[in-house]
Amino acid sequence: MHLTHLSLTDFRSYARLDLVLEPGVTTFVGSNGQGKTNLIEAIGFVATLGSHRVANDAPLVREGCGQAVVRARIVRGDRAALVEMQIVPGKANRVRLNRAPVARARDVAGLLATVLFAPEDLALVKGDPAERRRFLDDLLVARSPRMAAVQSDYDRVLKQRSALLRSAGAARRAGGRGDLRTLDVWDRHLADHGAELLAARLALVEELRPRVESAYAAVAGQDAPTGIEYRSTVTLDSSPDRALSPGRAGLGEPDGDAGRNGTGASPNHPSGSGDPASGNGGAGDTEVGDTEVGDTGTGRAGDGRTEAGRAEVGHGGGAVGGAATRVALEEAILAGLAAVRTQEIERGVTLVGPHRDDLLLSVNGRPARGYASHGESWSLALALRLASFELLRADDREPVLLLDDVFAELDTRRRVRLAALVADAEQVLVTAAVDADVPAELAGVRFEVVSGEVCRAG
Amino acid sequence: MYEGIVQDVIDELGQLPGIGPKSAQRIAFHLLAADPADVRRLASALTELKEKVRFCRICFNVAQSELCRICSDPRRDPTSICVVEESKDVVAIERTREFRGKYHVLGGAINPIGGVGPDDLHIRELVARLADGTVTEIILATDPNTEGEVTASYLARQIGPMGLTVTRLASGLPMGGDLEWADEVTLGRAFEGRRIVSA
Repeated sequence: MHLTHLSLTDFRSYARLDLVLEPGVTTFVGSNGQGKTNLIEAIGFVATLGSHRVANDAPLVREGCGQAVVRARIVRGDRAALVEMQIVPGKANRVRLNRAPVARARDVAGLLATVLFAPEDLALVKGDPAERRRFLDDLLVARSPRMAAVQSDYDRVLKQRSALLRSAGAARRAGGRGDLRTLDVWDRHLADHGAELLAARLALVEELRPRVESAYAAVAGQDAPTGIEYRSTVTLDSSPDRALSPGRAGLGEPDGDAGRNGTGASPNHPSGSGDPASGNGGAGDTEVGDTEVGDTGTGRAGDGRTEAGRAEVGHGGGAVGGAATRVALEEAILAGLAAVRTQEIERGVTLVGPHRDDLLLSVNGRPARGYASHGESWSLALALRLASFELLRADDREPVLLLDDVFAELDTRRRVRLAALVADAEQVLVTAAVDADVPAELAGVRFEVVSGEVCRAG
Repeated sequence: MYEGIVQDVIDELGQLPGIGPKSAQRIAFHLLAADPADVRRLASALTELKEKVRFCRICFNVAQSELCRICSDPRRDPTSICVVEESKDVVAIERTREFRGKYHVLGGAINPIGGVGPDDLHIRELVARLADGTVTEIILATDPNTEGEVTASYLARQIGPMGLTVTRLASGLPMGGDLEWADEVTLGRAFEGRRIVSA
């Protein structure tokens, strides 16, 4: 898909802007603070109904104005859709599709798919686990908008359950017993939504793995084994061949890995793909899982936040396989919660579940976080974005690529390789402070951005 | 700011749900211009609301006397109870004319963030109503959101062992709509709750 028009009214620094866009590469050049990123942000807003820079909508509206409007015309194949979004801070955004109002803004989610490359991407590798969880969750939503509801249901149950733990903990410290009669029910619902989210993330990681591997090699210009393993606080299967593994990823598995799990065929329903004959959702495995949870649970109890605790949990948790059924995951979450209940009440925090998981990235068998060089970290961050691009493309939802000021962060060789990798995308929108940052391979339409004015150059 | 009484009325109206300062001002001036008899009727209705309306001793629905209209109606089926969060849910279900049993109004849903636990709802009274064995079916009609679902699960656990039929309202597709326009969550739930079509 690609955008043919973008028009902004009172969005950020733009009082009014009408931009005609074409497929292929378009570059926006301008010094910092002239409004380049605002363009990218507006496009991102159409795709995700949110900003990648701020959590609430107020900053998106030009100072002194009551509302902002973003209009985008999206062309996919031979069909076009005009999406208009009216952003009114403090109120629900109003959305029109082809001039007709839609009941819920969510209904247009997924019309436009984008993959954003930004300087902040380095945090995918070097930042907190929350960054990597968001990466997975955002990609899940981009592929299947329904996942947004799964995520918000899970978050809601999590908040309620944690509130219950906190008040019970406070009551106990004050000498009372604390009312925990509803905790079992909250556990059940947490496990239900958590298992759905977990199953989707696990399947996604399986699909990403071969693509990250090849994208890394292409960006870094060398075959270094990369690893991408989901580390869960939930323990399911402890069979040794699946346990841990930067090494395992180093074996260079081809695309077949994703295919074998059936996830390629039906990415949104990974839980249904378990093969009972070879799967690991059997009762025996769950039993093993129980003891494992007990062990790691105690190990984590002392210091749930330390790296040591996380690593230990990871050893068992990383083993959760793509073929795991949702039911097995649900049971595993319940078992995990049961094992740490006392600590949870003491600390007023939910310690087991996808909200505490991480994505372990590695290069050459060493954890990327803490060991990878600056260049390796960038190659890996770019590889994650490129893999997202490949995945959406494989879903037949060719995304618009947004490269926001990212070339300035890279050395010349990575710039050139990245340029070559994105050059064949249907549409690539690039921003840069200076012309020289953008490799010649990405020659295309060029705009100059100066104090909120965007003019076609050359 | 207006003087004295006018501002008082605006402030009071502005406290009501869904009424902002502009609407409050509009309503205040509407009342000022209205026929005195109309305003007096409104005032007395409001006073009576607090003085005369009570909650049914059995089901906690709003009532004018000790028992609500439904609990005191001998034609209603005493073997079946529909459990709802609020009185307004009773009205909604009554409009369907589908249900001929009785109700039980919980007074909310389990909500730890809001500090609402099982003891803050009329759950104990519900369990007490089931003691004599008259009731054979419980329909859980709490809201289809996180808190409502959890409340339904909790009630099912409390009531389940008593040997009653416990059902939950199906959540599914709106009538008169096209399948393609249903959002994915609703459609997903409708799939979960699908049933066999009798030939």
